[in-house]
Amino acid sequence: MVESLRFRDDTPPDEPAVTLDSFLDQSNASAVRIEPGEDVRSLLPLIERLRLVEVDFPTFRDGRGYSAARILREAGYTGELRATGDVLVDQLPHMRRVGFDSFHPRTPLDGAAVERALGRYDYVYQAAADSRPPVWKLRHG
Amino acid sequence: MYRYDEYDQQIVDTRVEEFRDQVNRRLAGEMTEDQFKPLRLMNGLYLQLHAYMLRVAVPYGVLSSRQMRMLAHVARKYDKGYGHFTTRQNIQYNWIKLADAPDILAELATVQMHAIQTSGNCIRNISSDQYAGAAADEVGDPRPYAELLRQWSTFHPEFTYLPRKFKIAVIGSEDDRAAIQLHDIGLQLRRNEEGTLGFRVYVGGGMGRTPMIAPVIRDFVPVEDYVSYLEACLRVYNRYGRRDNIYKARIKILVHEIGADEYRRQVEEEFLHVKQLGIDPPAAELERIAGFFADPAFEDGLADDVALDDPEFAAWVDQNTHAHKKPGYIIVNISLKPVDGIPGDASAEQIDIVADLAERYSFDEVRVTHAQNLVLPHVKKADLKTLWQQLKAAGLASANLDLVTDIIACPGLDYCSLANARSIPLAQDITRRFADPARQKDLGELKIKISGCINACGHHHAGHIGILGVDRKGEENYQLLLGGSGAEDASLAKIIGPGFTETGVVDALEKAIETYRTLRTPGERFLDTYRRVGIQPFKEAVYG
Repeated sequence: MVESLRFRDDTPPDEPAVTLDSFLDQSNASAVRIEPGEDVRSLLPLIERLRLVEVDFPTFRDGRGYSAARILREAGYTGELRATGDVLVDQLPHMRRVGFDSFHPRTPLDGAAVERALGRYDYVYQAAADSRPPVWKLRHG
Repeated sequence: MYRYDEYDQQIVDTRVEEFRDQVNRRLAGEMTEDQFKPLRLMNGLYLQLHAYMLRVAVPYGVLSSRQMRMLAHVARKYDKGYGHFTTRQNIQYNWIKLADAPDILAELATVQMHAIQTSGNCIRNISSDQYAGAAADEVGDPRPYAELLRQWSTFHPEFTYLPRKFKIAVIGSEDDRAAIQLHDIGLQLRRNEEGTLGFRVYVGGGMGRTPMIAPVIRDFVPVEDYVSYLEACLRVYNRYGRRDNIYKARIKILVHEIGADEYRRQVEEEFLHVKQLGIDPPAAELERIAGFFADPAFEDGLADDVALDDPEFAAWVDQNTHAHKKPGYIIVNISLKPVDGIPGDASAEQIDIVADLAERYSFDEVRVTHAQNLVLPHVKKADLKTLWQQLKAAGLASANLDLVTDIIACPGLDYCSLANARSIPLAQDITRRFADPARQKDLGELKIKISGCINACGHHHAGHIGILGVDRKGEENYQLLLGGSGAEDASLAKIIGPGFTETGVVDALEKAIETYRTLRTPGERFLDTYRRVGIQPFKEAVYG
């Protein structure tokens, strides 16, 4: 079983993630934890300082974290973007597409199922925060 | 109509395999029902009272004969020999086995069909005008835009776990035949003063337990921006729509609570940002898609009149056809509302017959309407009588489009685990009471809509007369509502007073209808009379 997944080559940050309020109050923190309902755009002025953003999914049904991730990537954030909490294998492909590149699920995942899920779709219809070209791009160059 | 290329086909085929994998994991006990539920729902599979129900998407209501035959085949092989066309232009099968579902989807994929996102808290099947590409009053064909949205919304990574389900409808006429103002987003294709093509965007309509008519959020979005604009609309909703209470989670509540102006402000701000991301498909993609919706090979110079010597035929032509944009052609409605029938149900044999007729007489095209009827969009007037005779032989020539017996009804307590009361038997009672064709004709346009619970799948809020089934101390009870409309003059029906038993509500309905007959001025529909005189005379007649 897989406890965590990481799709980055750099060294994982070792500083613990602090709450959004603490992060905004501190001048030197570089890791922050976002809960659903918190406005990730408040991080944007401090984006240069960030090395890790953890986005928590208390339940997989709460999809706010998908927008949070994409907003960060759209703003140029290149650090680690980690999904934590109720992260299930069937949600991983969408999470990758909105920019998550590491995962700490509450319940460990089946490695083979993860591989199947992430390798399943050859094509995607829309542009998102990953580098996959939408099919309209493949059709028209 | 649209045809898949290798990309579309591969995405749909892959979905079948993915779902097969999910079903296998569920059947093997590797997933709990709680974990499986959102996955099966995302594929249109519901657990109902007696069995699984599978909802198959009919994108913007358009079907080919080949697809129709597949729907008949599925009904025969996997269900009890019939299917149920829904108010969102889809088809449902009510007696499905979980283990069969992947095979059904595999069969559907061979005719470029799927059940993707026909349920779940995601963007659902895009609905449209059943007369698209055929109606004389069209500014532009809405289908290419709807198809582009089908692709954009399919597995949209950001908008698959929204606060609640999300329904989009697109039309291209001033006449609204798709109830766009009662959708989460309604798009009306139009030209601005400079002649540029774009959309009027309505956001935040809906029915359910808190019905609302959508405000206009943007009067004009150029077509090259509409994907970005929708992306902005959805993002604001995904971030700020309520998630604390399932009954307050639809976008209509967000728009209502913060106000249309504030919602618009947030969307416009988001749009300025999103528009920079390069996510709008190029014009060439819309042109590619539009190519599939080019006019069929209409003949020129055809006779534009129909011999109406047979009075029964004449009555059907008068009621069930609509003007076509091309001289010599006509739009034909096939009513799925025979007296004593189940609204929207069609047998496998009937589906096959409609497929044959579409192939022979309508350039291979069938449409599904939100009123749960079918349409042959491009019929040569010279073929009309032969077509009618064949429909009649198949029990498909009820001449009652938009009349009192053309009832929308949800599946109700006969199938649905959410329902409080039965809808189908009540619809049947009403059709028997008003079976006389002369009486129906005299009453004119009268849209009755029945929901078996407060979730309003039967659109009772939008009925000229609506009926809502509720549970009163363990008994089925029916409330009568008057004055709704799902058309361009959208309005919400009002409850007339205390509820009734099943027989009682049919009596009350008849009293309301007779009141209209007494009060109407020449040419007035039920809805017009109601709007002119108000609810009081109807109340007095029903309860007096």
